[in-house]
This record gives sequence, structure tokens and C-alpha cells, in this order.
Amino acid sequence: MDTGQPSTSSRPEETAPPNVTKKPRSSAFTQQELPACKPLLTPGWVIVIYMVVGVIFIPIGIAALLASRSVVEIIDEYQTACIPSNYTSNDQRVQYIQDFTTDKICTRLLTVPKYMKKPIFVYYQLENYYQNHRRYVKSRSDKQLLYGEGASLADTETCKPKQLLDDQPIIPCGLIAWSLFNDTYSFTISGNAVPVNKKGISWKSDRYHKFGNVYPENFPNNLPNNENGSLIGGSSLDLNVPLNEQEDLIVWMRTAALPTFRKLYGRIEQDLKAHTQLTAQINNNYNTYSFRGKKKLVLSTTSWLGGKNDFLGVAYITVGTVSIFLGLAFFIVQWKYPRPLGDISYLSWNQKPATS
Amino acid sequence: MKRVVYINDRDLCLDSFCDNKISNTKYTVFNFIPKNLWEQFSRFMNKYFLLIACLQLWPLITPVNPASTWGPLVFIFAVSASKEAWDDYKRYLVDKQANEKKVWILQNGVKTQIHAEDVHVGDIVWLRENEEVPCDLVLLGTSDNQGICYVETSALDGETDLKTRVVPMPCLGLTNELLHKVKGLIECSGPDNDVRRFDGNLRLFPPFIENDVVSLTINNTLLRCCYLRNTEWACGVAIYTGNETKLGMSKGLPEPKLTAVDGMIDKLTGAIFVFQLVVVLILGIAGNMWKRFEGHKKWYVKYPEKASWFEDLVIPLRFELLCSIMIPISIKVSLDLVKSLYSKFIDWDLQMYDEETDTPAVATKAISEDLGQIEFILTDKTGTLTENVMAFKACCIKGVYYKNTEDPELVHSVENMEPHVIKFLLVMGLCNTVVPLKSNSGMLSYKAQSQDEEALVSAAAELKAILIGRTIRSLSLNLLGRLVEYEIMDTLEFTSDRKRMSIVLKEVDSRRLMLLTKGADEIIFSLLQKGQQVKQIAEAVDVFSQAGLRTMCIAWRDLEESDYHIWSKKFREASSSIEDREWKMAEVCDQLERDLELLGVVAIEDKLQDGVPEAITTLRRAGINFWMLTGDKLTTAVQIGLSCNLLLPEPEGQALYVQGKTEEDVANSLERVLRTMRMTNTEIKDVTFVIDGWALEFALKNHYDSFVELAMLAKTAICCRVTPTQKAQLVKLLKDCDYRTLSIGDGGNDVKMIQEAHVGVGISGHEGQQAARAADFSFGKFRFLKRLILVHGRYSYNRTAFLAQYSIYKSLLVCFIQILFSFISGVSGSSLFDSFSLMAYNIVYTSIPVMVNTLDKDISEKTVLQHPEILYYCQAGRLINPSTFAGWFGRSLFHAAVVFIITIHAYRNEKSSQVELSMVAFSGCICLQACVVALETNSFTVIQQVAIWGNLFVFYILNLAISFSSQIGLHMIMLRLCTERLYWSTLLLIVAVGMVPVMALKYFRFTYRPSAINILQQLERLQSVPIMSLPSDDEYGVTYGKEIIPLNATKIKQNAVYEPLLSTPKKASQKETVKGSFWTLQSAKRYRTKYM
Repeated sequence: MDTGQPSTSSRPEETAPPNVTKKPRSSAFTQQELPACKPLLTPGWVIVIYMVVGVIFIPIGIAALLASRSVVEIIDEYQTACIPSNYTSNDQRVQYIQDFTTDKICTRLLTVPKYMKKPIFVYYQLENYYQNHRRYVKSRSDKQLLYGEGASLADTETCKPKQLLDDQPIIPCGLIAWSLFNDTYSFTISGNAVPVNKKGISWKSDRYHKFGNVYPENFPNNLPNNENGSLIGGSSLDLNVPLNEQEDLIVWMRTAALPTFRKLYGRIEQDLKAHTQLTAQINNNYNTYSFRGKKKLVLSTTSWLGGKNDFLGVAYITVGTVSIFLGLAFFIVQWKYPRPLGDISYLSWNQKPATS
Repeated sequence: MKRVVYINDRDLCLDSFCDNKISNTKYTVFNFIPKNLWEQFSRFMNKYFLLIACLQLWPLITPVNPASTWGPLVFIFAVSASKEAWDDYKRYLVDKQANEKKVWILQNGVKTQIHAEDVHVGDIVWLRENEEVPCDLVLLGTSDNQGICYVETSALDGETDLKTRVVPMPCLGLTNELLHKVKGLIECSGPDNDVRRFDGNLRLFPPFIENDVVSLTINNTLLRCCYLRNTEWACGVAIYTGNETKLGMSKGLPEPKLTAVDGMIDKLTGAIFVFQLVVVLILGIAGNMWKRFEGHKKWYVKYPEKASWFEDLVIPLRFELLCSIMIPISIKVSLDLVKSLYSKFIDWDLQMYDEETDTPAVATKAISEDLGQIEFILTDKTGTLTENVMAFKACCIKGVYYKNTEDPELVHSVENMEPHVIKFLLVMGLCNTVVPLKSNSGMLSYKAQSQDEEALVSAAAELKAILIGRTIRSLSLNLLGRLVEYEIMDTLEFTSDRKRMSIVLKEVDSRRLMLLTKGADEIIFSLLQKGQQVKQIAEAVDVFSQAGLRTMCIAWRDLEESDYHIWSKKFREASSSIEDREWKMAEVCDQLERDLELLGVVAIEDKLQDGVPEAITTLRRAGINFWMLTGDKLTTAVQIGLSCNLLLPEPEGQALYVQGKTEEDVANSLERVLRTMRMTNTEIKDVTFVIDGWALEFALKNHYDSFVELAMLAKTAICCRVTPTQKAQLVKLLKDCDYRTLSIGDGGNDVKMIQEAHVGVGISGHEGQQAARAADFSFGKFRFLKRLILVHGRYSYNRTAFLAQYSIYKSLLVCFIQILFSFISGVSGSSLFDSFSLMAYNIVYTSIPVMVNTLDKDISEKTVLQHPEILYYCQAGRLINPSTFAGWFGRSLFHAAVVFIITIHAYRNEKSSQVELSMVAFSGCICLQACVVALETNSFTVIQQVAIWGNLFVFYILNLAISFSSQIGLHMIMLRLCTERLYWSTLLLIVAVGMVPVMALKYFRFTYRPSAINILQQLERLQSVPIMSLPSDDEYGVTYGKEIIPLNATKIKQNAVYEPLLSTPKKASQKETVKGSFWTLQSAKRYRTKYM
């Protein structure tokens, strides 16, 4: 009677063993049930946080402000004063500064306002000077500075337009090196020279790893004046001193990010008493007149936070005050108009609708 | 196109058919790189990045090292390409395994074992039990002397029951030796992808005796990827091979779906792109002006006297490159990664794992964000809302009602052999395609393709009409202990058009011919003998369907031998035709299925699945509109709708019927319903419209606009008697109105609508895997939909919204600083940051914390399930839209200003060296973005803490490590900075100034202008002692009865995006405010006591 039935003996049993299930693994991660803390911006916490921020920031701000105020700074803007007064227009000034035949020494009298403790840093400050300009900032060859002639022509490609001088590679090449600042300063106190230490003004890492034992070659600024009618940029370089010892160049080549910047010129390693008359002799060579840039000579002491800069202190105090004010405001609002948290009557779908 | 196959004759058969080598791979070794690159570059964003990267190769304009774009670009391409390559390699391995499988074929009269890939059309292939079929075969012989074999087709159509396949008539009884010599000709249609149909003819050549043409159907075939079961061996002739098999033709790479959030991200990116162009234009002009009026005075910059023609383009192009980081290159990769993590979370979810059927939830496509924005759910009924486990519940035989199989009256009638009852039982037991299987222990079990049939056969068995054996030609039935044999003359199959199934049997002993029919009431009623009383049965049908039961009418006809023979000939003709066979057969069947004697009606219960009413209630509270689309009868559908809370009984709800016998009636009815709808729309009532397939077809054709309006107004709808195409049409209609739709179904008839909808969900149920395989998500039970949408969908949406906007924020932050810097660098397009930092910023320093944010949960799963209304936020797209984006944009502008201004003031004068200053600003960005992630994170797990703060740590470690390398520009910089007090105090200041206002604003909003999410967060905090949670509600959520919060039905999607939709829904009633008190603690307690 069951002729048509398949023989039951040959029927395969379950293809998979019964204990294999497709049940997903159970773990806190796969079930998205990792223990979690859920901080909420509850009034208590927020008021406390703002108060604490205020309490921390105001003292820091005061400390920073005091530090900044403790720094003694002498700033002397000399770019106009160091030009003879008969050069009145800007064009005349440019002419004056580009005239290589005249001697451009200029003497400035500086008064020390307060006791200045050594070391006193001597900076030159340039304004309206774009060391961060794209054409400028790229115009250097790090390879060449480190390896000198070991750098190929391709490595110095970025130096254009100051890559080659009469088809010979310029070392150091590029606009930055070419425009090296060339005003010089020397100081005397009532006739006695005040030595300026120019050693160690650049970063040690730069001297050791960025600049190699490379001697300048074909440097255009070293050409006799006005040769080929081409404009001379900045300072010339001592061809007998390797680049890693020419610290003025190393400092100059750490380009500044802002159009107003100071660069370290040297250190005066002696204390200066208050009201001392300091005579600065300036060799005013650098052309900032074409673009009406300012030149300043800066003598400054230092504090734990660096030079004179009130910004940080003021900012800290402001943030601290605002924070405390906010904390108080939150507190008062919460106190006057307490608003219960998690009030579901505010849920829109629970609200009594305005009849429209 | 016809295909002619010569059996076992390679010489004749060689023409043009492909060999059996299959290849599912997308690439080959040689075309991988070009093809993959081509595909990747077909995305707009990638093209953009490539253009930027190419521009950067021009040293004159590039502000940074080209590596800063090429690095991430190559990295991102490598990630995508390796993913593709890995997937393709896996496909290749699978193909290779299949191609190199050994199969036995007949070669020159000898059985030989060859690789599966070498099988050709016309070869005779031998298979043993449990072997996989290597290509599509027409069965020629089996070990069974009745010519039957059993196959499992689950790989093909997902149905797990065994199917019978039979040897075509002429080959029946061929012995093993004869099979070696068999020659013949098969004509069949060209390759197609219909796995349920095969039309062909077979003619054997002499010396085989039966050499007239016989028709072949799908029942004579063994298709590729099926398994031979319960049969010792089988052999067949290959007809389709390689990629021309039914399986090969039906595969195809599915189209990737774009989620609504993706669309929004693309729009925002487009907006940024435009913004970028504007910035570039302005800065470009400003740069050229500066160059003309200032630049030439700066002798140290040495602008050339004579400019080349493109000189004026250089600065704008430089800015274009500088600003190219505005569009984060990493966003696509991060999104792809987190999306696959969302899918994994769905796969892993134990609460969506169905213990009963061992079915885990599966996410096939990474479109979970769309789940959170669903506005319409279109659901199938049978098998989706219901269990699809059918049970015989009641019947009515000739006007007499019987409760169930244990009804003593029924048992009594059977024992008394009342003729009607016996006939009724015979139809129940015999008119089907059920295969009885006897297990080793002698237990009888039934393998049926349809659950209805199984229920009927089982019920008949309980009433002592036990189907015990089936062969291709005969049925044996144990009727009241007596064995009755029947010869199967013909089977008139069930199709969804015919809505009935008949079988012609000849009782072996009495040689009596009879036609047994079962089918839908309206069909059977139209086929009856004239003058029969239908009223009683029609009443019974109504009674049963009002109780939510499925009904099926049972009818009978005694046949005359002569009539049958005439008809039989026509039937053979029709069944061997190749073209339009289905239609021709239906035509012929109609000629036999008439003058029926109506015996009665059976009612089958299809139980609702667990948790369906709760799930529907919750989802409707979440503002999702439900449509039920079913092939079932109107009354049954409405009953089910009521019992699963889809429809609310009066007075809360109202069902409006669109119906009519003629087209005019339908039009009037539609108009009337529409009028009522417009009227009731102002009051609180849950209005549903009910429409049947016929009226629907007409409404869609001639009154499309009115129907669309109807669809907008109604929150729920029931469409019954609809075809698969109509289901898809309805989805399309809603999609065209710009609604996000989700279709859920379980059967083959839902596939179309599943594919049409934005999100397709398949229930892997009793009707097979077809729907599940077509779907984007699949799981075992309908109630998981609630969790899928409210938990996974919502979280995914929130997380993606954050990730996308945050990615843009952090890129804008850096970009704005660059732009600000350009104003103090002579608008020359210098970059403040160095190339390495820029490159690492997107792919190293900022990517990990935000990716880990995929673990963030704004409110707990439980809260979401208790307050499903919160889904409005996602539906209305309130977390990522132009206004939230504007917030992020403003924040990045503010933060950029903070970082920039503080840095240039703190690091001025002697401190102003560019490398240092840029590193300070960069550290500021890194710290600020970490704080922003921390502020925006709602829940911190250990992983997030480690990622956010560990990432900051990694930044310092990495930069300190770089400090020691003398090769790059950053040499010693970080080391110098880290030892400076100024650096740390500047950083602290940046963080404080950046975060104090942001946090204050956030706090203010959180406390005094809280969003619903905020309120629920606060509520959660208050209730950290779980007051409202009930021990059992973890899985199903709490049943709050039938509260449905009305949503404004006229809400128009297009402008809804930016508007604060949630402020106040326009319509609500007094009752609603009362319900609002549900959320207060008292009522929660009350609930608790009620439950405990």
C-alpha cells in the first residue's frame, strides 16, 4: 500500500547537528548594553563647573598678568629717525637706503625705565613684513641647507627666482636667505661698550639638524654693489663660516607666521640699572621703506611665561569672570524660576494644543 | 526563442550553448584595478577629490605637499578596493568550488567523472542522493520505479519542504542500461529566470517505443542548486548550463539603495561645495588685488615684472586647494564603516532572534538610518501579522455547522457515513498536493507547500480519512480503517488567478470518476450547478470570516467517462503547448470545473503572532501609518485588522468602505469616502479606508488624484484581494508623495512590494525565504519590527546625523583657520598647517572618536519603547537638516576664530615662528574637537572614553615621536612646545573660550527650551529607579491599550524638514490631555499594581 513512498531508511536526518544554532552571541557589546555613564547638564553640575572654571582661571590670569608686567621692555622705532631729515618723501627714503655709497650709521639714545636683570634679549622687530607669504615661505631648500652641494638641482627648484646665479647654484638659495636682515646694532653706556652675545641665539636643533657644515657660494648679496644692475637683497654672508654657525641666518630662516614679528639679535649679559642712558648705534641698511614697514629695536627681559604679553592674563581673567557671572546667572535663574527636569507636560504630544 | 537539445549527442548539440562554468565574480585579475577605479570614480565626490589631488601636483599652486590629499585618497581607495576585492575573492572561491565539483556524466556511452564546469547541454548527468544538481536538468530516470524523486529547493526559492519531481512519461521504466543509450530531442523555451515554470517537449528517438511528443513542466526538471533527497539516484539531461540556468538568470547585483540621510548629506556637501567656490572666488580676487597693490612693493617676494597669462588664476586655484579640505575626504568611508556596524548590531541582536525557528535578524543592506524615518508601513497579513500556522477551526456542511474535529456531532456523522460528510472529507483529504512521509518510527508526517492544505489533510486525518500514500499516479486513503486507492487522472493546479484547485480521481475499485474542487467562495459559487441553494453556505462564509477565519469552499462533481475523455484530450494539448501554456490550461480547466455540487465550507484559523497588536499600537503612536495589503477576503481582513489594533472599533475609529460593483459605483463610493474623510479630519477619530483589489485597480486607473488624497488623509488602510503588482503600485504611490515607506511581508507575493519600498523587510516564515531574500532586513516575527524601527532605526539615524555633521564641522574648523590665516599672509594662499598634520587630521586624529560614537545612545531603549512618539524627531529629519547644519557651521566658524585669535595673540612677537604657531593652533583644534565629541556624547561607555581621550594621547605621542625625526619640518617642535608653560596655558584658554559659550547655550536649551529628547533624558535620570518598567515588558513593551496619538494627517513632507514639527500637533482633544497623565508616576504605579 505504500509502494509509492520513498524508502524511509535512506532519508537523511537533520543536516545540521541539533546543538548548532544561529543564535547570536550574547555580549554587552553586541547587545549594545555596555555599561555607560550618562552625564546630563543638570543645573547643579553646570553651576558648579562654571564656578570652578572661574575660580581656577582668575588666579591664573592674575599670575600671567603679573608675569607680563614684570617684564621690562625698551622699544625704539627707528626707521624714520635714522634717515636724514631732508629725505621727506618715501621715494627719497627708498633711494637713500638703496644708495650703497653712503654710510647709514645712526645713533639712538635709550633710557632704561626699570632695573633690567640679565639676560637682556635684543630683538629687531619688523612690521608689515610678510615672511609668511606663499612665494616667500616656500623659497628655500632644506636639503641644500643641510647638504650644500649634495643637493641636486631638483632639490633647489623651490628656490626660484633665487636658485642660480650665472648658472651656478646659489648656496643658500631662495628668497628667504637672499632677504636676510642686515641692520646691525651695538650699544654703549657712557662710552663703554656693552657686549652683545650673538652665540646661541638660534635653536640648537636647527644648528645641529637643519643646517649643515655648508659654506655659502655664489651668494648674490656678496657681489660688489650694483653689479648687473640687479638689486641686492639683504645681508651678505661670510663665505668662510659654515651655515650652521651663521646664527643670524638660522634665526631669519625660521619664518614668522605673522606680519609683525621679532627676531632675536643677541643677548646683553649684564644687568642694566634704571635710568641708565644706553646709546644704540644702528647700521640702518635694511629696506623697509618700499612697503612702509616699521623697524624697531627691542630690549626685553623675560618671565616664566615669556616676554611682555598681557593678552593671556587679560583673557584668563575675562574668561574666569564671565564664567563666574554665567554660573551666578544660572544659579539665580534656577532659584527664581525653578524648572523641574523631565516634566513630561512639556512633551509636545502631551501638550494641550491650541485650537486652530 | 526556442532551444533544441539533442539528448546525449555532443556532435549535434554543440552550437552556441555556453558551457557550465559559472562566474559570479565582478572582476578578473586583469580588470580589477581599472574597473574598480572606474566604479569608484563614478561617484561625484571621488571625482572631486581626484581633481583636487591632480591640481596639487602642480607645485606652483599647491599650498601643501600633495601627499596631504593623495595620502588619504589612496588610503580611502585602498580600503574600498580591498573590501571589493575580498568580497569578489570569496565569490571566486565559491564559484571555483562549484566549478570543480566532480559529476558523473555519460560520455561515449561510458559513465565518466568530470568537473562540473565541463558539462555541456545535452549531456546526461547522474546524481546520487544528497548531491547538488550541477545545472538545469530534465529528469530521465530515477531509482524509483514509479519515476519519482524528491528535491529540496531551498537554495533556489527558500522553501524547505521536499518537492516531488517525476520522470516524463516516455522515459518511465527505462532501465539503467537503456538510459545509457537513450537518444532524443527536447524543445524548450530559451533561458529565463522563472524558477516555477518550464515549458518544453520531449520526443525520444527510436528504438524507444513511446516516441510521440510529450510535454514537460517544471515537475520534470531538476534545477541547479537543488539537492536530491530520499532518492538513491537520478539522471537527467542538461538543458541549461552555466549562467543560463534558472538560477544564473535570476541573480543580479541588487541596486544600492540611497537612504534619506545620504540624500541630505549629499545636499549639504553640495552646499558646502558652492560655499567653497564662493570663498575661493572672493579670496582669489582679494589675493590678486593685494598682489597688484601691495605685493609688488614687497621686494623680498620678488614678483616677476612680466606675468604669464595664467598668473591671475594661480591664487584662486591655490585657495581652491586650500579649501578643498572643507569637504571631508573621510566622510564616505566613515559612513560606510559605521553603517556596516549598524547592520552588525541588528544581526547580533538577541532580542530580535526567534528562538522558535532559530532565526536571527539579518540586515542585508546597510540602510538602517532609513528605518528611523519611516512614515508608512505596508504590511502583508498572512504569515506576517499572523502565524501562518493553519488550524482547522470549523466547517459547515450542507448548512450544518460543526465546531472542530472533536465535535461529537461531526464524529457521529462520519461514523454514520453520511454521504455529504464523507464526500466533504474526501475533498479535504485528497484534493491537494501534500506528500505523506513515514518516519522510521512509523509516524506519519505531511509535507505540504501550503499551510492550508496541511491543515485540511491533518483535519481529515483526525476524522479518520487518513492520506497515507501518494505516488505520481495514485493516492491511498485510509477511510475509517478501510484502504481506498485512487488513480490520479489530472491535477488542475492552484494559481492565484484561478483561486481554486481541483483534482480528477478515479476510485480504483468502483472505477468511478470524480472531480474534487476547493477554492475561494466567490469563485466556487459561480461554478455551481444551476438551482443550488447557496444561501446557507454564503451565510456560513460570512459568519466564519467575521470571526477572522479563512474560509474555503468545498465542491464535488461526478464525471462521465466519455465527457472526461473528450476534455482530457484538450487538456493534454493545452499542457504540451509551449507558448501561453498557463493561459490555455486555465481556459481548458474552466470547461471541466462547472456544474459543481457545493458541499460546504471549511474555516481555518490563522492565529495572530505574539505581540502584533502591541507592536502595531506602539508603531502607530510613533506616528507611523499602517496599511494592510492582503490577498484575503474583505471581512477576514477587517477582522484581523480589528484584532491587531490596526483598526479601532467605534467610536475611536471608523472604517470607510470604497466598493462597488460597477466602475461608476466605485467612483461614487470613492467620492463619498473622501468627503467623509475631509469632514472627520477635524475631529479625533481614527479613520480607515477599506478597499478591495477590483475597486483599487479602477481607482488607481481613473481616479488617481482622489485616491492619492484619500491615501494622505487616512492613517490606516486595508486593501484586500490585491495582487502582488497592486501592492507594489501602492508602495509606489506613497513613494511618489515623498513618504518614506517600509514594506513587510513573508511570501513570494510580497517580493515586489518589498523591493519597491524604501525599506523592505521580510519575515522568514513558513512560506519560505523568498521574501526574506529579497528584503533589506529579515527576521522571524513581526513584533521585532518595533525594535527594528524604534531602537535600531532611531539610533542609526541619530548616530549618522551626528557623524556626518561632525565630520563636516571638524573639516570646516581647520579650513576656516586656513582662511583666516590667509588674511595675515597677504592673501597669497599660504597654508598655516604643515602637510603632514593636515593629512593626519582627517584620517588619524579625528576619525576614531567619532566612529566610536556609534555606541552612543541618547535615551535608553526602554525609554524609546515607552515613548515611541520620539520617533517624530527622526521622521521629520530634525537631527540633520539645513538648520542643524547651520548650527554646526556656526560652531566651526566660532571655534576657528577662537583658536586663531588666541593663538596669534598668545604667540606674537618673538614667539611668532610659523612652525610653532601652527602647531599650537593645530593642538587647539584637536583638543576642541575632542571636547565637542565629549559634549555631544550622551552616554559614555569605556570604549568611548578610551577613544576620545586616548586619541588625544595618541596625538601627543605621535607628534613627540615625530619630534625626534630630523627629516621633517616638525623636528623638535612638539618637544619644545610641551616644555613651555605658555603652550599649555594657551591650550587651556582655547578650550575654555571655545567650550564655555557652547556649553552654556546647550545648558540653556537643555533646561529652558528642552527638546522632547532632552525631557526624556531628564526623565530617565529622575527614574533611575525603574518605576515604570515592568518585569515582562522588555520584549513586548507595555500595552497601553489603544491610545493612538493623532498626527496631523495633512502634514506635507516637502517643507516639513526644517520646521519644528513637534511644537504642537494641531489636532488633539480633551481626551488626549487625559491620556497625557499616563506618563505621570501615579498612573504608572496604578499600571504596575494592575500588572503585578
